[in-house]
Amino acid sequence: MSSTTATHAPPQAGVNYLNARRGLLSWVFTLDHKRIGIMYLVGVMGAFLLGGVFALKLRTELLTVGKTIMDADTYNQAFTLHGAVMVFLFIIPGIPAALGNFCLPLMLGAKDVAFPRLNLMSFHLWMFGAIFFVIVLLTGGLDTGWTFYTPYSTTTTTSVIWAVMGAFILGFSSIFTGLNFIVTIHKMRPPGMTFFKMPLFLWGLYATALIQILATPVLGITLLLLAIERAFKLGIFDATLGGDPVLFQHFFWFYSHPAVYIMILPAFAVISELIAVHSRKEIFGYKFIGLSSVAIAVIGFVVWGHHMFVSGQSQMASIVFSFLTFFVAIPSAIKVFNWLATLYKGSIRINTPMLYALGFIWLFTIGGVTGLFLSTMSTDVHLHDTYFVVAHFHYVMVAGTLWGFLGGLHHWWPKITGKMYHDGVGMFASITAFIGFNLTFFPQFIMGTRGMPRRYYDYLEEFQFLHVLSTVGAYVLAVGLFMVLFLLIHSLMKGKKAPDNPWGAASLEWQTATPPITENFHETPKAGNPYAVYDFEYDPQTGDYKRVAFSDATH
Amino acid sequence: MLNSLLALAQQPRIAPTEGDFWFPPQASSFASKIDSDYYFIYWVSAFFVLVIAGVLVLFTLKYHSKKNPKAERTSTHNTPLELAWSILPGIVLLYMFVLGFEGYTDLRTPPSNAVNVDVTAQKWAWTFTYPNGVVHDELHVEKDQPIQLTLSSVDVLHSFWVAAFRTKMDAVPGRYTKLWFTPTMTGEFWAQCTEYCGTNHSNMRAKVVVHEPGGLAKWLAVEGDPHGGGRTPAQAGEKIYKIQGCAACHTLDGSKLTGPSFKGLFGRQEQMLDGSTITADENYIRESILNPQAKIVSGYGPVSAMPTFQGRVKDNDIAALIAFLRTVK
Repeated sequence: MSSTTATHAPPQAGVNYLNARRGLLSWVFTLDHKRIGIMYLVGVMGAFLLGGVFALKLRTELLTVGKTIMDADTYNQAFTLHGAVMVFLFIIPGIPAALGNFCLPLMLGAKDVAFPRLNLMSFHLWMFGAIFFVIVLLTGGLDTGWTFYTPYSTTTTTSVIWAVMGAFILGFSSIFTGLNFIVTIHKMRPPGMTFFKMPLFLWGLYATALIQILATPVLGITLLLLAIERAFKLGIFDATLGGDPVLFQHFFWFYSHPAVYIMILPAFAVISELIAVHSRKEIFGYKFIGLSSVAIAVIGFVVWGHHMFVSGQSQMASIVFSFLTFFVAIPSAIKVFNWLATLYKGSIRINTPMLYALGFIWLFTIGGVTGLFLSTMSTDVHLHDTYFVVAHFHYVMVAGTLWGFLGGLHHWWPKITGKMYHDGVGMFASITAFIGFNLTFFPQFIMGTRGMPRRYYDYLEEFQFLHVLSTVGAYVLAVGLFMVLFLLIHSLMKGKKAPDNPWGAASLEWQTATPPITENFHETPKAGNPYAVYDFEYDPQTGDYKRVAFSDATH
Repeated sequence: MLNSLLALAQQPRIAPTEGDFWFPPQASSFASKIDSDYYFIYWVSAFFVLVIAGVLVLFTLKYHSKKNPKAERTSTHNTPLELAWSILPGIVLLYMFVLGFEGYTDLRTPPSNAVNVDVTAQKWAWTFTYPNGVVHDELHVEKDQPIQLTLSSVDVLHSFWVAAFRTKMDAVPGRYTKLWFTPTMTGEFWAQCTEYCGTNHSNMRAKVVVHEPGGLAKWLAVEGDPHGGGRTPAQAGEKIYKIQGCAACHTLDGSKLTGPSFKGLFGRQEQMLDGSTITADENYIRESILNPQAKIVSGYGPVSAMPTFQGRVKDNDIAALIAFLRTVK
């Protein structure tokens, strides 16, 4: 391994996966996981932009009581599409399909994922599903909420069938990615890398993939049943046809609650990498962090009924679901404590990726503890379907997933593109987004507790001040995120060339050229301790880190 | 804007009453227990957030790479420590579960002396049926008298929430759900719909009035029977128009909501969706109330969002509504 730097003097200097082949088709039909990862990256960022435009429209409408810029039906469509686009097209595929695709084989020292063609198919299915959502936009929209609750969804005149078919197809994209990752991790680890010597990012992706393949089929079947009921009036969920609307909620949340962990586990995993590398410390409590991901994935399957304490579900079921829900809090707390212990006596580098990681800990902690108010049944009955819930899940899903995604993107950006970015601007953007985010969502906790229901086009005057704060926060957040976009575009065009290992990380993706060659490595690297950052020393002449020792994993 | 103005005009504003920074006033017997559960979790959360944030900031400043250029290799795991910070918070969590369990059991167990009121939810109105058969669009109750609401929905999911009472329950088509409370404060409160139900979801509000003991009978005597109290049929029809929730979709001022406005409707020639033209006479109005899907006015539909009122309104109610519509010019 210490010879990697010598062996990667390429036969053709300057050839890498980005320039080895040219032309649009070399991208559209590529089997290279790195290129597929980049296509996902562009795709999910496009979806995020679309979802974000809806969010800004919503917040603008809510500036004043009554009509501000749109009527009630348009508002209902905007919040539906904001949720559906963000959940199905951005958050779920965001980290695993974009960053995971790029990093997973590299971290394993492998040439590619186990099934490159299936991987490409996952991406094509994602595009196909996304096209369905575009069709929804063009054919009358969707006003059911992203949750598609029946019987509203079986009786509205909007394009429900297009949307559920889109989500159905996206589900397969997700299942195939999960399958691919599980097989790859099982079969393609390099010599020396046991499960407990994998980088924690892979543990996160592995736990995520388990949920993807076990839970997503249930969503597929549920949405199919919904489409059949709508098209052929078969009574499954609609009471007037003899069905049961609460059954839909059970089916829906059986997937959609575990899906929350599809969204957050990869973000946890990114943060574990970032905290260790940028504090120059070996991660603390490796096994607890890795196994807590699996614990969250498993427990996540048996808590779905906590979305239904006031739905008419039996009291006994509610009590059991509440009890089980508290168990998810423990592995989540373990991770936070372990990250803090990792920082202890480190040499903490404050740069853009690290700011996202530190911001994540603050935001996720708030998202986590506010979940306690909602798992406690007595307080949940009051808070259910209010802005408190909106604030809670944005702290978890946006602050969690988005901060993990942006932190990871800034961390692996040099490896992906071969370019550095302006760190000062990156940090400024991160802080701006952080302030904007808290200003947007913290007031919503107060609103919800005081009596503001969610999915409201209009509201009582007493809530206007808090709504204005929230809207101003949303604009600040948007400014921060646009700065990120311009920063990255600027980096692509004018960025300095990135060294192979700019952060001094010990995991394998940094032990190859930047950007990597199509085959990733010239020879299979030997895996050591993925967190042995002390094996690397900074070389001020090249700006790169050089390996000075080789440590095996001790876990 | 119009929707909200209309809602404002129809329902007098209720001034935001007392309450603390987080909560609306405590107006039911549940409120103090639920608020204290909330504050327990709140202070536990605040403690953990402050400790975590404090340690985060402290470490970031103390071990900043400028101050501490070389990281020290500390131990990479410590099983007793890790078990401690897994199990100790677990005990606090268990206590939260027990608090929630107690409160929830209370919320779901009505006392035997609770008075039942049936609640029907529809897009986008609540109607309340009192034990003596009175039907109204406002919920009137007495202080310290336990009330049980039996909820049902005629169309989609709705949810009944009175924030000041701290309780909430979904109204589900095809089944009955229950909710109970004992009001402990006189005054006026809002019941709001908290399960998304379409266009006017955010204006699906009902006024909840808590009287002093004995006040309910007086109110029922005056307001109970829309046909009574010396009202003319047209005046009775106007009350029924409000009580049955017609106002959620049909305005009196000519503006268009989910359904056509009633202004100048009676006797007018109307273009139907199927191209035919009919006169909006007594028979048409009766049919539209009992079978809303039969004839749809051009510019609406293709399916009417209106539920049938078959079995919910009586013949004299329909007669009164017709008399009222004649006067809406």
